[in-house]
Amino acid sequence: MQASDSKEASREIVVPGDLLDSSGMRPGPGTFTEGRKVYAALLGIKTVRQNVVGVVPLSGQYMPERGDMIVGKIDDVSASNWLVDINAPYPAPLHVNEVPWRVEFGETSKFMVPGDVVLLKVVDIDETRRVHVSMKEHGLRKLTGGMILDISPSKVPRVIGKNGSMIQMLKNATGCRIYVGQNGRIWIDGELDDIVKAVKAVKLIEDEAHSVGLTEKIKRLLEDGSRKGE
Amino acid sequence: MGGMTTDIKLLDENGRRVDGRTPEEMRPLKIEAGVLKRADGSAYVEWGLNKVLAAVYGPRECHPRHMQNPTRALVQCKYNMAAFSVDDRKRPGPDRRSQEISKITSEALTHVVFTEYFPRTSIDVYIEVLQANAGTRCAGLTAASVALADAGVPMRDLVASCAAGKAAGTMMVDLGKEEDNFGEADIPVGYVPRTKEIVLLQMDGDLTHDEYTKGLNMAINGCEKVYEIQRDALKRRYQPRSLDAEVGAPQDAAQREVA
Repeated sequence: MQASDSKEASREIVVPGDLLDSSGMRPGPGTFTEGRKVYAALLGIKTVRQNVVGVVPLSGQYMPERGDMIVGKIDDVSASNWLVDINAPYPAPLHVNEVPWRVEFGETSKFMVPGDVVLLKVVDIDETRRVHVSMKEHGLRKLTGGMILDISPSKVPRVIGKNGSMIQMLKNATGCRIYVGQNGRIWIDGELDDIVKAVKAVKLIEDEAHSVGLTEKIKRLLEDGSRKGE
Repeated sequence: MGGMTTDIKLLDENGRRVDGRTPEEMRPLKIEAGVLKRADGSAYVEWGLNKVLAAVYGPRECHPRHMQNPTRALVQCKYNMAAFSVDDRKRPGPDRRSQEISKITSEALTHVVFTEYFPRTSIDVYIEVLQANAGTRCAGLTAASVALADAGVPMRDLVASCAAGKAAGTMMVDLGKEEDNFGEADIPVGYVPRTKEIVLLQMDGDLTHDEYTKGLNMAINGCEKVYEIQRDALKRRYQPRSLDAEVGAPQDAAQREVA
């Protein structure tokens, strides 16, 4: 039905149930198959890479994946666990063994209390969707100060940019410290004016995530802001 | 159905209905996706004089806990009519009718959603009827499936819905209020166009087998038209921006980031 050449069709919007391919291509993410036919399961942009058709979602909940760096909020504390809200359909228990400190049984609340914000890594998620997170790796920690910005998880790749180009540009232009969690939570810290500028840029990226010439637009916004600030 | 009588002429000498439609003609349908900012997905439907809003939350943790299914997600619908949606004020709150519609809508949608991807969660669908003029369950189901797609919930297909019925002794598609109140029968249908499956089928009133078959086919034809409008609404939500946006030099770079 549709052309299967890889250059074209790169920005084609598909809706659930649309036929993507019937020529024997492999099903990628966001698709399902019936017989030899591949259909879209999500509202998104059709992408073709070599022999795989997939759909890049335009919306949707965050689904944890192994190795994701995420920003979590402590929701509850028990004797040997913290329950972390990771903006996914499932809460994530953070066990005392997965924390960089030595915590005695029952002393969890001396380290972190509900409302605290942490930088975590998803160690594993099994088929029953139990999430296993850790704070033990290098660079993971409790985040103090700064502010949290929530965006749609499907827009995270745009905020990061290709090989981190977008986020690097943001950091350089504003001088803020920024962590972008794969779960759509962004932590920003710096001077107040700089934070405001960074938030504005991130919001613009979220609003215009699928427009062409985005990088250029953001560059202009950041340059404008810095000139006015002087 | 039936019982009531009226002096309204449901079909005139020229084969036109009360609102000037032919028996095969549907009321004008307008759908807009993504109208609510706080919900994960939403849709607004205007179908003739019907005005229906649907919002989707989730997949999210299922409460109460005992309702959780360890292997799949639950699709929970709530159909509600606003107090001001009908001529006489409707007493607010759930009643027998809205509970029934909530149930059948949930079941129709469960059929197309990949519930097995989200064990232990629930996907909550809220359907609010702001203005009713017959055929609100079809409008509600149509809106709900657009809202689900807008929320990024993986689905096998959209569910399209349309009704057919009998008024003034003639089979006609998409009954209006007068035809519904004073007509002989009404058949709402929920349809999955890709697989040609029926996920909702009810009948109110009496029909012969031939009339029923004709009505069902009329409703399915209506569903096909609804389906095109649903798809268009979803595509439109994201298309205009990418077309209107200034086309700059670094176009390629931006495109690659998406991939």
